[in-house]
Amino acid sequence: MRQTEIAVVGAGPAGLSAALAAASCGARVTLIDREDRLGGQLVKQTHKFFGSQKQRAGIRGIAIGTDLADRAMSDPNIDVMLECTALAYYSDNVLTLEQREKYIKMKAQRLVVTTGASEKMLPFPNNDLPGIYGAGAVQTLMNVHGVKPGQRVLMIGAGNIGLIVSYQLLQAGVGVAAVVEALPRIGGYAVHASKIRRMGVPILTSHSVKEAHGKDVLEGATVWRIGPDWQGIPGTEKYIECDVMCLAVGLSPLTELLWQAGCEMKYVGALGGHVAIHDDNLETTAKGVFVAGDASGVEEASSAMVGGRLAGYSAAASLGRCPDFQQKKAEALEQLSELRAGPTGEKIRKGLMALRGEAS
Amino acid sequence: MLEQTGVPTNEDLARTLPTEERRKKGPYAVFECFQKIPCDPCYSACRQGAVKPFADINHLPEVDLDKCNGCGTCVAACPGLAVFVVDETFSDDEALVKLPYEFVPFPENGESVACFNRDGLEVCSGRVVRVVKGKDKMATPVAWVAFPKEYCHDVRHIALKRGMA
Amino acid sequence: MRIEQHPILTFPERKKVTIYFEGRPIEAREGEPIASALHAAGIRVLRWSTEMNRPRGFFCAIGNCSSCLMEVDGVPNVRVCVEKVRDGMVVKQQKGKGVPPAVGGDEG
Repeated sequence: MRQTEIAVVGAGPAGLSAALAAASCGARVTLIDREDRLGGQLVKQTHKFFGSQKQRAGIRGIAIGTDLADRAMSDPNIDVMLECTALAYYSDNVLTLEQREKYIKMKAQRLVVTTGASEKMLPFPNNDLPGIYGAGAVQTLMNVHGVKPGQRVLMIGAGNIGLIVSYQLLQAGVGVAAVVEALPRIGGYAVHASKIRRMGVPILTSHSVKEAHGKDVLEGATVWRIGPDWQGIPGTEKYIECDVMCLAVGLSPLTELLWQAGCEMKYVGALGGHVAIHDDNLETTAKGVFVAGDASGVEEASSAMVGGRLAGYSAAASLGRCPDFQQKKAEALEQLSELRAGPTGEKIRKGLMALRGEAS
Repeated sequence: MLEQTGVPTNEDLARTLPTEERRKKGPYAVFECFQKIPCDPCYSACRQGAVKPFADINHLPEVDLDKCNGCGTCVAACPGLAVFVVDETFSDDEALVKLPYEFVPFPENGESVACFNRDGLEVCSGRVVRVVKGKDKMATPVAWVAFPKEYCHDVRHIALKRGMA
Repeated sequence: MRIEQHPILTFPERKKVTIYFEGRPIEAREGEPIASALHAAGIRVLRWSTEMNRPRGFFCAIGNCSSCLMEVDGVPNVRVCVEKVRDGMVVKQQKGKGVPPAVGGDEG
């Protein structure tokens, strides 16, 4: 059975940051990812990041991903296992893995779960037609595989993901028919919305998809206005021709390992679904199991990097490896606070308060 | 309302414009950034010190246009692609706008382009004066576009006319 | 439907390989997932659902959702959005749940 001090499952922004932080304290880290490359969702983020200089503002996500990946690959304290899926985590601290059809057991003194989140689905007739894809899927196809998803896309969801992917579609030479948003306002950053508006993409707030149409593949969709009761208003239907519909309707944390580890879980809508209860060291109720990034509550990449770093330091500190932990923790918490302080941080602040059982 | 449409209102935009006197002096940066989000790279990008330091990164940028020389570094730096340089003194009948352009193919110098306003409506034709590219594809190219002066507060996007059906 | 030029990304030249979809040769690029090669060739219907025989394509493109299951080289339920192409690979639309290939020497 293999041994490691800290196993980090998921090598996206949070996992990479956690592994690098723990390794910098001298801990032996095994960084595990099911893909054949490190970086998680960063490899598709062609847009420039926000935040402050500390979170690499102004740098494109792909460049941040490459930098973190290069550093992890060359770090002597980090053992990278790619094409490696974490299968299960047992109460005797054994992590089981599958790597290129080999079954591996690994005893990890500490576990950091940074498995990210997956895309939500939206119920409507014919929502299973080929051509209806998650927004992340469209990003993967375009930005990782270099394949156009189609000719004309209808985007559902005007959060940051919907707005950003719409822009990326235009950059890939794909038309965007419209962005449809159920809320009466645009949820994503105004600058992302302004960008696609001046490029001629309409944003239809208080609208939703009524039905998708097509024989074997998507050919079009009917959208309609929805009322304050979230129900569609008959008579307001509009047919939009499209061969791709992109669902950017939210993410749910990927928490299977946490459930299995016996972590106490709580449903918090604002965080995307069930999340593990954790303290401000990012340790769950299962001792020695830490969580960070979208798996701990859907937020975004800048916070994932800071949170990941904190989880890495916490895991290392719990092994006696991080003498200046209190200072590092204070710095990380301050950065997270700064990122979450403005009006756009309201959702995550409310979500975290609900998780802690505080009245908001 | 910006939150509903994605398009800044006239009230929002009025706050970004300098005095008539300043506008007649030369190019100036227009920060169409109206929402408090955690973001501050414009401060470190400006080499003229025209962007004031941020007390809180969620604050809106504060710009001293007397220090601004219209160089356009902020245009390339803004992650939201929300900054533009307007030069109403470019010529007697033309204004010049420097705007971020992250599409291929790039326009050639002198090429005629369609000019769009914030609603995505074509308002006039323009002429690309130059495209300033950064050191690699990670940088945001900035296109300098000249067009009839009366549209200087409207033109914020261009599209190539070649290959248009 | 491959992207030839992109303002930010540079797609490296990759070796061309051939996979077979329902008997048809399809040009693919070494290292890409099967679903990507099929999509580039305009093929979006990957399988037919078990109960109602509805056409299905991929959804998440990252190996989470099980929408893209196809039969590859005789093995069913392969997630083609993550499975990489190999020269000469035989890919078929899966109808229903798929039958695993017989294992071992004895035919029962």
